[in-house]
Amino acid sequence: MRNDITRRDALALGLSAAAIAATGAPANAQSAIKAADVPAPKLAIEKGATLRMLRPVRFVQADEDVFRANAAKFTKETGVEIKVDFVGWEDINQQTAVTSNSGAGPDIIIGFSDAPHIYVDKLVELTDVADYLGKKYGGWQNLAKAYGKKAKSDTWIGLPFGATAGPLIYRKSVLKSVGFDKAPEDPAGFLDLCKKLQKAGKPAGFALGNAVGDGNGFADWMMWSHNSSLLDEEGNVTINSKETIAALNYVKELYPTFIAGTPSWNDVSNNRAYSSQEIGLTANGVSLYFSLKNDPALAAIAEDSEHQLLPKFFAPISPMSGLTLNAMVFKHSQYPNAAKAFLLFMLEKDQYEPWLNANSGYWSQSLAAYADSAVWKGDPKVAIFKDTMNSTYYAGYKGPISTATGAVRADYVTVQMFASVATGAATPEAAAAEAEQRCKRYFRRQNR
Amino acid sequence: MSVTTLSSPALAHRQPSWLIRLFDYKPFLIVMCLAPAIGLLAVFLTYPLGLGIWLAFTDTTIGRRGVFVGFENFQYLLTDPLWWNAVFYSVIYTGIATFGKFALGFWLALLLNNHFPFKSLLRAIILLPWIVPTVLSALAFWWIYDPQFSIISYLLVDVLHWRTSNVDFLGSPWPARFSLIAANIWRGIPFVAISLLAGLQTISPSLYEAAMLDGASAWQRFRYITFPMMMPILAIVMTFSIIFTFTDFQLVYAITRGGPVNSTHLLATLAFQRGIAGGELGEGAAIAVSMIPFLVFATLFSYFGLARRKWQQGESND
Repeated sequence: MRNDITRRDALALGLSAAAIAATGAPANAQSAIKAADVPAPKLAIEKGATLRMLRPVRFVQADEDVFRANAAKFTKETGVEIKVDFVGWEDINQQTAVTSNSGAGPDIIIGFSDAPHIYVDKLVELTDVADYLGKKYGGWQNLAKAYGKKAKSDTWIGLPFGATAGPLIYRKSVLKSVGFDKAPEDPAGFLDLCKKLQKAGKPAGFALGNAVGDGNGFADWMMWSHNSSLLDEEGNVTINSKETIAALNYVKELYPTFIAGTPSWNDVSNNRAYSSQEIGLTANGVSLYFSLKNDPALAAIAEDSEHQLLPKFFAPISPMSGLTLNAMVFKHSQYPNAAKAFLLFMLEKDQYEPWLNANSGYWSQSLAAYADSAVWKGDPKVAIFKDTMNSTYYAGYKGPISTATGAVRADYVTVQMFASVATGAATPEAAAAEAEQRCKRYFRRQNR
Repeated sequence: MSVTTLSSPALAHRQPSWLIRLFDYKPFLIVMCLAPAIGLLAVFLTYPLGLGIWLAFTDTTIGRRGVFVGFENFQYLLTDPLWWNAVFYSVIYTGIATFGKFALGFWLALLLNNHFPFKSLLRAIILLPWIVPTVLSALAFWWIYDPQFSIISYLLVDVLHWRTSNVDFLGSPWPARFSLIAANIWRGIPFVAISLLAGLQTISPSLYEAAMLDGASAWQRFRYITFPMMMPILAIVMTFSIIFTFTDFQLVYAITRGGPVNSTHLLATLAFQRGIAGGELGEGAAIAVSMIPFLVFATLFSYFGLARRKWQQGESND
């Protein structure tokens, strides 16, 4: 009997266990992913190459475990040592800025969504790798193309790894008790639902504070669902529009139905309020559902919870975007080919599929073929996240993505526009005008 | 008879080398002794300050070099309601928090200056809010002020039944502003109390003995001995306190991030949000630079105002 389990065996066992625990699907299950026979780009890995990488800290432990195992596999196959550091979500922008400005530091950084557009001059072009992966795995999803390509070009400056989104999550029993099976798709119906939830003592709650994900997510939803946008296709600031005013008036009516305190909510506030059964409806990533599901004391709440795409109101489809993991290779790297080879390796199905499965649906795929991954067939309540990257909405919609689109979000311009109207601090017209002034300030250099 | 001059080691010793002579040269020695300090100041103080001021006159963004734009950033700030709001709240925050810290800190210092059991232990405990990392205390206050899970709301609603709904500390502008000021006062009291306690202990007991012999009441002893004698240290501690409070960042950023509706932005948090998170380094630097006149004014006022000899010697003594 073989009893000499090696460290690699132990790691593989651990990964499989983690993946099964998280998704109900084995990490090494028979793959259903279809891959076309496409020649890989020739990347001559530099002699003696070593790489350093930064990426956002994991949300589920298995994310880190599988990612590290994949990196170790790359080292074994190519001899390229790679050190991966996981950093806080709030810190990744600052560290990328320092790396970019100083021209030193990590060779690769996985930042968020529009990061490559901010540092575009400092980045290695990744078109060859992106074209190969796109042809092999059924093409890049909409959000991947929006965030990966330089605006109005076919030049890839980032390689998107996946995205997470924040659809509605609600208590089925609570909605049923007030006469709804799901949240209505029209604004009047949704307002009616929220009023009834408030009367029933289980109100809705959406972040109106300076919350990076949830606050911006709510503001985007309200704007896009009223067919309002930050920019037009040419990049002109169009936020001060009649559609925005309509969205602001709607939030003015909606806000009194929320639980008290939402103007001070940050990104964990709605999770906590929902978990403690203070609210019956909010919007969140899949992490909330899993935190409930994996806690025996709260599993009943998970059982009674359901996800739903954000109601579209006046938009043609649900206007839900996704926070995208976007990899960049910096020009200061001494080993750009090794860096590109590493990213290519990580997005190949032998590595990517186990990683995607291990994430339990927290990240959804950037390449179309991975929609057949096992993770989407396990828990039906998670399947809603599968098409996150198919969204046609993105930060800066409808305009070209640029430094300024990210800055507007970072400065909470739209969140505060809604918060000021909701709390009565400003009229819709005044709030939209102030937001316009601030946006124009950020976008003033885009066309220079 | 012939006399020959011999070079001997002793003679050579009497003629020092050029290096020794150089170091014996007083102006050179002064320069050499000051050089490390000046170098450190230049590298760690002058350069960052100079760079910050320079950036304030450029349109630099993160990831992109800027060009000199003169006073454009400052002109924009003058039209920016958010900057005016941050100025307003920075002044309010500093004024009320400093007053609160000094009133309570001075009172605490007077109490701690008395003789009582476990005096040393109590003095050490008083220091706790000061030594706890700011972010940790900010998180504690964030929990205390949470709209759903506040311990204060729990006591008022569920235990004492004095209220039917939770207190919304951070959900609207003025309650949020005062909540942050309260947190700042709590955190700053130990610094003031311990500093003033040190000052109180330098006052000679013989002054109080003489005053008591003359029949001075407790208030008169405070009014004519304690207060004037404490003025120099009050001036110094207040100067520091104003600077720390005006430039506060961590408490506000950790608890409200400037919300709700941007009502609790201090100039420091606004500078960070614009300069780093928003990527507008030039504008962020301009906001930071705009703090300098306020700080200089506040410092001069508290230092020269409170340190006036007349105040220290009694009002009638010119």
